[in-house]
Amino acid sequence: MCDHVGDAAIAIEDLHVVRGGRPVLDGVSLEVARGSVTGLLGPSGCGKSTLMRAIVGVQVVAGGRVTVLGDQAGAPKLRWRVGYVTQAPSVYGDLSVSENLRYFAAVVGVGEERICEVIQTVGLDGHEHQIVGSLSGGERSRVSLASALLNDPELLVLDEPTVGLDPVLRAELWSTFHELAAAGTTLLISSHVMDEASECDELLLMRDGALLEQSTPQRLREQTGEQDLGRAFLAVIERASS
Amino acid sequence: MTLATARRVLWQIRRDPRTIALLLAVPVALLTLMRYVFDGQPRTFQAIGAPMCGLFPFIIMFLITSIAMLRERTSGTLERLMSLPIAKVDLLAGYGIAFGLLAALQAVVVCLVGFLALGLDAPHGAWLVGLLAVGNAVLGMALGLFVSAFARTEFQAVQFMPAIIFPQLLLCGLFVDRHEMAGVLYGLSSALPLTYAYDALARATHSGGLGGRMAVDVCVILGATLVALGLGALTLRRRTV
Repeated sequence: MCDHVGDAAIAIEDLHVVRGGRPVLDGVSLEVARGSVTGLLGPSGCGKSTLMRAIVGVQVVAGGRVTVLGDQAGAPKLRWRVGYVTQAPSVYGDLSVSENLRYFAAVVGVGEERICEVIQTVGLDGHEHQIVGSLSGGERSRVSLASALLNDPELLVLDEPTVGLDPVLRAELWSTFHELAAAGTTLLISSHVMDEASECDELLLMRDGALLEQSTPQRLREQTGEQDLGRAFLAVIERASS
Repeated sequence: MTLATARRVLWQIRRDPRTIALLLAVPVALLTLMRYVFDGQPRTFQAIGAPMCGLFPFIIMFLITSIAMLRERTSGTLERLMSLPIAKVDLLAGYGIAFGLLAALQAVVVCLVGFLALGLDAPHGAWLVGLLAVGNAVLGMALGLFVSAFARTEFQAVQFMPAIIFPQLLLCGLFVDRHEMAGVLYGLSSALPLTYAYDALARATHSGGLGGRMAVDVCVILGATLVALGLGALTLRRRTV
């Protein structure tokens, strides 16, 4: 971990988010190191997506501080440096793959070459002219991912990118994520499937709007004496509630 | 980015040829229907049908934009755009250009049929009606953009058409002279933008001078468009709950 807030990719202090009078995030503090693959894990509805939205700066927050790449989350210049992929693929279903990418490329100011690169990165070569609405769910979410990769962001925030994908595709995407991290990108990836935790350098375990534990897969195994990360997570929950 | 957005919106519409066909054919069909409904009253057809050529684009662009923007909001693409370096004005202007072009196409077709084939009269030139039609369409688009923020579903969005457009159509003077309405309604109609849009069209399709009122009408249409776009921009939030 980094010692200074300015060095961390993400630094959050005492973040509160309230929705409909109910706290969704209740005093979350954490740090994410640059160049790491950090997994954000926890059951559905625990506040993972809200935390990610706060990091990207699209969430109204009730209190606390979120610093991303040295700036306040949501700062205009961060829009060039942070990539965000929502859980539901946020692309135009009535346009083709390349039309979608051409539009988002124009928005972030990159050219035709970069479009070809990201199509290859997500393994959609050969599908360029297909209408996104006619693609499978997994392919559609890869178009969404490709759109976020266009401007080569320093921080990539991915909300459940592998949900509903077959195991082969999941493995392929994870190797893409590791390649991106090796090239210096920081990745924050949420999942409610614990077996993906072993792919991450760092783990953030959430439950009911609070951060239970920040750890690494290895440390988590050692601390709990469980080899299986799913069981280790349950042990952490038990320890927290007792 | 404005042009990229306009191009993207037009790409989306191009993928939907049936919408384009409806966009061009429905106003023409309605106008033709009106022609034969008023078969024995050519003056009534002139009084209602001629201004209608410039009001169709207003109504239809309102409806299409409110649905298009709602889809942008519900599909998550608006949230993505708001996390990207695109200015709100680029998005709004992009929509404006795309739907303005579409409205121009619609206005050309309906004016050609109305003024050439159905015997409507445009003493000041059909081009003036067409131009007003495009202005009205952009106004309709701006209003549609704004009200889309208040709809959560497409069922709600389509009902904004009768809720917001129909009263304006009834009050604008198209069917009944505004001076013959109840006093309160006359006052109310003076505050509605469509009243001025209709007034401009009525003057453009009447013989006699255009008068200074025409300039007032055009200024109100432009002003109302800017206000609606401004309000629309306020509903495009970078941060949402």
